[in-house]
Amino acid sequence: MDELRCEVLVLGIGNLLWADEGFGVRCVEKLAAEWQVPAGVTVMDGGTQGLYLLPYVQGAKRLIVFDAIDYGLPPGTMKRVEGDEVPRFMGAKKMSLHQTGFQEVIAAADLTGQLPEKLLLIGVQPEELEDYGGSLRDVVKARLDDAVAAAVAALRDWGFAVEARESKVGAGDTALGMSAYEAGRPSAEAASRIGDSRVLGCVG
Amino acid sequence: MGVYETQGFKMDNSGKRVVVDPICRIEGHLRVEVNLDKDNVIRNAVSTGTMWRGLEVILKGRDPRDAWAFTERICGVCTGTHALTSVRAVEDALAIKIPENANTIRNLMQLNLQVHDHLVHFYHLHALDWVDVVSALKADVKRTSELAQSISNWPLSSPGYFRDLQNRLKKFVESGQLGPFSNAYWGNPAYKLPPEANLMAVAHYLEALDFQKEIVKIHTIFGGKNPHPNWLVGGVPCAINLNEVGAVGAINMERLNLVKSIIDRSKEFVEQVYIPDLLAIASFYKGWLHGGGLSSQAVMSYGDFPERANDHSTANLLLPRGAIINGKLDKIHEVDLKDPEQIQEFVTHSWYKYADESKGLHPFDGVTEPNYKPEGPNFKGTRTKIENLDESAKYSWIKAPRWRGHAVEVGPLSRMVLGYVQPKQFPFIKETIDAVLKKLDVPVTALFSTLGRTAARGIECLYCADLQVKQFDKLIANIKAGDSSTANVEKWDPATWPKEAKGAGFTEAPRGALGHWIKIKDGKIDNYQCVVPTTWNGSPRDTKGQIGAYEASLMNTPLAKADEPLEILRTIHSFDPCLACSTHVMSPDGQEMSSVKIR
Repeated sequence: MDELRCEVLVLGIGNLLWADEGFGVRCVEKLAAEWQVPAGVTVMDGGTQGLYLLPYVQGAKRLIVFDAIDYGLPPGTMKRVEGDEVPRFMGAKKMSLHQTGFQEVIAAADLTGQLPEKLLLIGVQPEELEDYGGSLRDVVKARLDDAVAAAVAALRDWGFAVEARESKVGAGDTALGMSAYEAGRPSAEAASRIGDSRVLGCVG
Repeated sequence: MGVYETQGFKMDNSGKRVVVDPICRIEGHLRVEVNLDKDNVIRNAVSTGTMWRGLEVILKGRDPRDAWAFTERICGVCTGTHALTSVRAVEDALAIKIPENANTIRNLMQLNLQVHDHLVHFYHLHALDWVDVVSALKADVKRTSELAQSISNWPLSSPGYFRDLQNRLKKFVESGQLGPFSNAYWGNPAYKLPPEANLMAVAHYLEALDFQKEIVKIHTIFGGKNPHPNWLVGGVPCAINLNEVGAVGAINMERLNLVKSIIDRSKEFVEQVYIPDLLAIASFYKGWLHGGGLSSQAVMSYGDFPERANDHSTANLLLPRGAIINGKLDKIHEVDLKDPEQIQEFVTHSWYKYADESKGLHPFDGVTEPNYKPEGPNFKGTRTKIENLDESAKYSWIKAPRWRGHAVEVGPLSRMVLGYVQPKQFPFIKETIDAVLKKLDVPVTALFSTLGRTAARGIECLYCADLQVKQFDKLIANIKAGDSSTANVEKWDPATWPKEAKGAGFTEAPRGALGHWIKIKDGKIDNYQCVVPTTWNGSPRDTKGQIGAYEASLMNTPLAKADEPLEILRTIHSFDPCLACSTHVMSPDGQEMSSVKIR
């Protein structure tokens, strides 16, 4: 069985519970809902799985990653980064003490001699991360179309026939799909959603 | 609280203060501050963590049947464990019985996660606290080969194999892109392995990374998709049809054979690589038995792996449940997640507000109201830039959970201690631990150490690898006996539920006891609380000044070099800490570095 092998892995990473951190996951949700990709292309919601994504990265010939990246640019700016530049921009996702940043996943793929031949990072500068339970901010949400289009263009460039679906199909867990996720959010009063500053993020 | 005694430790904060932040080589956020005496021995330890945001802020008002999907997203590694705990909590609240096959498949998925996580933890996140990668470059490949062959029959052990690997490693280190190997204290005198053992360990580290490929396939087969498998209140979402052909749809014999082969290979890898490595490494460190902390006096486990479905009594659990307190290893206390007197969270030293902070709250009555005020006479810094915390005041975002008022350690060492003292129920655990102790020629008290915690994880990995085989056989036998049921949907419709209900779900996550508590009202979630393993182990002080497991584990440990706190990292990493919910976006200029400040 080789579901781990593929020509192209299109991976969305980040934590959808933390506002713009969910950008990568929302990109693959949209891509899967609106585009038909050919065999050999795997579209995956990688969440915050860190090192557990290594087998998929090792198994891919080419890798496209969607993510929220701090480029030091205005919020909502989208930027493509390719090849060797990718690891430098990808130290971001360290969601917990034992969770490996995606940078480490790329390093581990490299160290085991199984780094994909091509790497493409499609990132957006986030506006808000510190909003637990929140969704994408408008400036970031507005980039979803562009980001997905950039991935579609790259896939076509590499010779894969990607076709728009006639009608959208559901993607991901329905309860976590962007509209259900947003609609079901409890009110700030109900959830006591205050005081989100975190000490350790602030230590210099 | 200048000098005082608690839990057998003498706390003295008069010596120089060392701050380690963040306390990790390649991951997130936990900060430790210690005071050293003139001989660089730790005489006071303070651990503080990022905020654990109560899930109620996200789950309130949502459908209880969807809760697992949200809890899966809390954290990238405890994914399946949270989901399992969540569906168990809902099933407990609504008195939903699951089929035998569902119980066995859940056990298999959880066992698989345990084996996987322990392997990844040991090789990827912890081995480098014992193994000096840079020293491996100096190893003699022939002697490395002899060493490897002397401890195991694992076939990848020729001089040529190690030479290739050493060259690959050299190239990687020379490229300056150290990746997972950056931010370490290479060359520190606290590293004790000869270069050859270091090279062998690095080789196995890479093999373990590759081996993950096999392991993740099991979750795809039972969970339908990866890396976020599907779960279902009432059972598991996969159907079984042994006669079906092809790899789509229901689980058929072909898929089950694949599961079987992966289970067998996992066991082989643990037996032939992980355990021999552990023993080889431990043999060089058996003189360094610091870091035991609370493990010899207070441990707790909720237990896991019900042998029969729907029976969550202690006697039916294949991983021990119970609590040991006051160092009385012969008295095992019954643990009940729903007893309001047992599990309580205190916030005296945590940045939260309770109406009466002298009392703890049971999770059913849990409140998460932030009250961030870094303060105290010894506090230095500002609200946004802390230089020194003051442990006499509030100092952590982690609450202080207590079992009947006692701070306890949770995790593999606690579970293995609980198993060891009940040889009748857990002969495998007792025999394996005795064999390891004998091989290393150390007394049983050696278990209560950082090394013991690391060894306990390996022993538990072996135990779980073995249990996987048995649970798989049980699944096949049950299916062959004609039972292919995997889900009970009798109570799927909220119209069948009582107006109000509450329940608790438990698992033993790789790093310790995990509990979810749910209150359901009118078919929706009214309150949802999680107490995660790292809340137990990373707990700050409580009302009585009792320290948490991390803090206790650092006490009285000497540092070889005060400005390179390798020993602190080694001990904290031995717990496999997990502080989910912390988010940081990195600047393109570089890697976040661990900073060490001495004041």
